[in-house]
Amino acid sequence: MAVKKFVVGLFDDEAVLFPAVKKVRTAGYKLHDVYTPFPVHGLDHAMGLRETSLHTAGFIYGITGTTTALSFMSWVFNVDWPLNIGGKPHFPLPAFIPITFELTVLFAAVGMVYTFCYLCQLMPFVKKHIFHPRQTDDKFVMVIEVTEKTNAEEVKSFLAAAGAQDINEQKAEAGWWFGRWDKDDEPYLRKIQTTNA
Amino acid sequence: MKDQFVVPARLKKTSFVLMGVGLLTLLIGLVAFRGEHSTRFWAGLLQNSSFFLLITLASTFFIAATTLAHGGWQIAFRRVPEAISMAVPVLAAILFVVVMILVFGGRDDIYHWVNPHHVAEDKVLTWKSAFLNKGFFTIATILTLGLWVFFTVRLRKMSIEEDGWDLRPETGRKLLWRNTVVCGAFLVVFTLSVGSTTPWIWLMSIDAHWFSTMYSWYTFASTWVSGLALISLFVVYLKKHGYLTFVTEEHLHDLGKFMFAFSIFWTYLWFSQYMLIWYANMPEETEYFQPRVWGQWRPIFFLNLLINFVTPLLFLMKRDTKRNYTAIVFIAIVIIFGHWLDFWQMVSPGTVKDLVFPWFEFGLGLGFVGLIIFLVANQLTKAALVPKNHPYLKESIVHHT
Repeated sequence: MAVKKFVVGLFDDEAVLFPAVKKVRTAGYKLHDVYTPFPVHGLDHAMGLRETSLHTAGFIYGITGTTTALSFMSWVFNVDWPLNIGGKPHFPLPAFIPITFELTVLFAAVGMVYTFCYLCQLMPFVKKHIFHPRQTDDKFVMVIEVTEKTNAEEVKSFLAAAGAQDINEQKAEAGWWFGRWDKDDEPYLRKIQTTNA
Repeated sequence: MKDQFVVPARLKKTSFVLMGVGLLTLLIGLVAFRGEHSTRFWAGLLQNSSFFLLITLASTFFIAATTLAHGGWQIAFRRVPEAISMAVPVLAAILFVVVMILVFGGRDDIYHWVNPHHVAEDKVLTWKSAFLNKGFFTIATILTLGLWVFFTVRLRKMSIEEDGWDLRPETGRKLLWRNTVVCGAFLVVFTLSVGSTTPWIWLMSIDAHWFSTMYSWYTFASTWVSGLALISLFVVYLKKHGYLTFVTEEHLHDLGKFMFAFSIFWTYLWFSQYMLIWYANMPEETEYFQPRVWGQWRPIFFLNLLINFVTPLLFLMKRDTKRNYTAIVFIAIVIIFGHWLDFWQMVSPGTVKDLVFPWFEFGLGLGFVGLIIFLVANQLTKAALVPKNHPYLKESIVHHT
């Protein structure tokens, strides 16, 4: 991960945010992220984010669960320890189905939760920089990355024209990091030079 | 905005051709299955009339369930299930005639409990005769059919009447309240009929010795998912002909999700019924599955599972297919056919016994499809396609999944 420079703008209303997101994209600025207090329908589309692959991952976890359950039970009851249970065959498929179903659901659910956390960079004890204290409280926060081609002052006036308030420039770690807010965030940033700008 | 449906000549022609095929099959059946073969004639009629009645009744259930859940998304196409549900009175009349002939027509090949000699010699049937007798059968059938028709017609009438109302908040509250009351009452009737007694007396009593507490729910799941497929077909048809301006792929996506979910629900009940009987392995219970799983009907039994579970599961899993009009039409037809096949394997092994190519049953089915198309198209012309005074209409227009 890398420490980068950002321009941060605060929005009051999603009705102002939506056109601003579109303007930022047409102007060619690099949108780092938009933080909202609630899920905003269609924002992912407006930001140009690609469709998530989480469901494909879920399908793969699911069939892994199916295969695990079926192959393990068949191995146990046919190879490792064959038992006669109520005169049923050694491969009683109907009896296996509930467990197969449960394991499919378990694998899919647990796998998808962890994958979701990974994709969103959420984990216990792992932190991400907070651009504004009210970013998921009651304000919409738009973060634009300052690349070599971007003029920070120009972005600021652009955001002001688009209806943002409280515009400021920040140097921050772009990804997730391990540590504590009070000890690590600020000193960590002071030590390292930004990779862009 | 095209809000008033006009039946296209082609649709009318299609419905007449299908009804003609059905009628022709009925006549051929009347000639081909005489005397001792007449069992197949009546079994085919019972299978088709109960199946198509229940899948149109699923539309009334759709309206009632979504209304009670205070759903808003379905308002943009609510007139479609309303129109489909108006086929219930006609199909109920057909079914009534069929079952009354089966019970009082002096034949005991479909329902062998109607024969007093069988009952007298048979301990199980004697014991069950408190429930399985002509009087109870008739009263229960008249009562359920009457109440279904009453509530279906009432909901439709109320909905059309509301087009003359206004958009004030008090009117909206009144509209929601009276719809909630009628839908609530209908669902009580529905649960006690389709969810409990009706499939037992109409269909499960074919195998009068056998019993399954899952049977009614199984039948309900089967007809409910087919009913959703039927609604989707009409919605897509109207959309493709430029009607239902407010219906988008978002609404289609939700209908697709419903079909996906209830295909799995059907499988869940199918399996719950099968597994308990398989596990206990008691002769009085396994006799039902003997001809189906180990007899001639084995291919149909597994084909049933393939069409009604594996196909919708894999096909509707992806988001894109649920939002694609052509894909939804394809899977809706597969689902309706699959559950028709399910009804066939519920009725025929206990009556016809032998597995034969179901040309007669299928021909009759086409006739019923034609009849439903004719009735529904006719009903769709009777009111605007958008209930313009419904307070949730806006919610449906801006619906986004």
